[in-house]
Amino acid sequence: MQQLSYATIAGLVQAAEKAGVPLSHLVLADQAQQLERTPQSLWEQMDQSLAVMEESAQMGMRPDIRSTSGLTGGDAARMQAYAKGGSPLAGGPFARAVARALAVSEYNAAMGRIVAAPTAGSCGILPAAVLTMLQDRGASREACIYSLFTAAAVGMVIAQNACIAGAQGGCQAECGSAAAMAAAALVELAGGTPDQCAQAVAIALKNVLGLVCDPVAGLVEIPCIKRNASGVAGAFTAADMALAGIKSAIPADEVILAMKWVGDAMPAALRETAEGGLAATPTGRRLHRQVFGDQPAGEML
Amino acid sequence: MNVFDIVGPVMIGPSSSHTAGAARIGRVAYKLLGEEAVKAQILLHGSFAKTYRGHGTDKALVAGILGMKPDDARLRQSFQLAQQAGLQFSFTPTHLEGAHPNTARIQLTGASGNQISVQGASVGGGNILITQVNGMPVELTGQYTTLIVLHRDAPGTIAAVTEYVGRLGANICNFRLAREKKGGTAVMTIELDGGLDPAVNREIRKLPNIIGSTMLEPV
Repeated sequence: MQQLSYATIAGLVQAAEKAGVPLSHLVLADQAQQLERTPQSLWEQMDQSLAVMEESAQMGMRPDIRSTSGLTGGDAARMQAYAKGGSPLAGGPFARAVARALAVSEYNAAMGRIVAAPTAGSCGILPAAVLTMLQDRGASREACIYSLFTAAAVGMVIAQNACIAGAQGGCQAECGSAAAMAAAALVELAGGTPDQCAQAVAIALKNVLGLVCDPVAGLVEIPCIKRNASGVAGAFTAADMALAGIKSAIPADEVILAMKWVGDAMPAALRETAEGGLAATPTGRRLHRQVFGDQPAGEML
Repeated sequence: MNVFDIVGPVMIGPSSSHTAGAARIGRVAYKLLGEEAVKAQILLHGSFAKTYRGHGTDKALVAGILGMKPDDARLRQSFQLAQQAGLQFSFTPTHLEGAHPNTARIQLTGASGNQISVQGASVGGGNILITQVNGMPVELTGQYTTLIVLHRDAPGTIAAVTEYVGRLGANICNFRLAREKKGGTAVMTIELDGGLDPAVNREIRKLPNIIGSTMLEPV
């Protein structure tokens, strides 16, 4: 088998269509070859990553969880209780997906063990998507592990052509990339085609173009945790549209390019420096003083 | 780049740069000291200096100095574990001229009196770049088996070392040389694919003009 370059989403789709296999199968075989390891050992490593995701979603649901700064924690428990007892507007699985994204992100902020996907700041989106399929929609564990390879391949293409760091490309590069990765995984888990995966990637990323990285006090908490919830919501929306047969007018690879252009044009104040956006609001600055004392946010790098 | 760089690493949160990377810098210092540390003086620069408490950068650095990996669940309790292990530590926010925003300089003293100073930056996604060891400029990522060879700047010295490494079947993937002045003290940083027996240090030290050789396993 010729090695994959992960240069374009279109290239991956073409290779999968030609081989007549889902993206994940293609990626697993290719990565085993490139890393000079057995497919089995890669599979086991990804299985362990899924187990860490499950544990972090579970641990983060605890009502008493608090971040090191003391600013955040407990919202996943609130969402979970609401999903159980109330009548969530978009249905139970959706509300539980939101709860899971909050849980993993809150656990991350509380120094819990997580899987960066692609970053720690966006670590709630992919687990929330995949675990919702596993726990609410009857997907097999095997299919879920496979789907993480599809998600990873999407992330590799984005990392190669744009970036996945908030400091470089804003939140669109972190939560946007995570949502695109999750959308592709969801489509595959729902039985969609490789092309539908690509459509979901394009749609998910398009919908958050321009999203800035403006963390209060520079911490991976406000607004990061709730943006993870919003990220998984976007992933489900994009996946459902792709599965309905809706196509993105702009192909995924061009959306990724646009994401890079937008990131390049973003002022530094909106790229993880905690100098702009929500971080610069009166409340954002007050919370900064609450955590770090009297250093103004503007002094932070 | 591979799939586990994107879905991964498994790490203790909240920040790949401020927590996972910090733990790895601490672990490099621990490995280079080569024994348990009893004292750690840590200087923090830039974003590390401003936000180390909120990100748990301090706990991660101490965890690394205790030898923990970035995914070690005990990382959160590293301060208590340090106390139990008899490790005294201090943090001083400062300014290190020209350093990357996420930089720490760690001065360690070991149980037998050995000392080492390591300066490194967390450059994103949990990746690090160690830029100084004992004040000498180096360039190592901790991703590979790395040889740090201190030597006198003299013709044929680099060739002798690289030839020796080549004879062992090890492939060099990165090489950096820094010297204080022509004919003065110099340092080679050699990153290698695959592993090497730490006994190679002894053999390298026997080569002409070599002052010292240290091997660092991937962290």
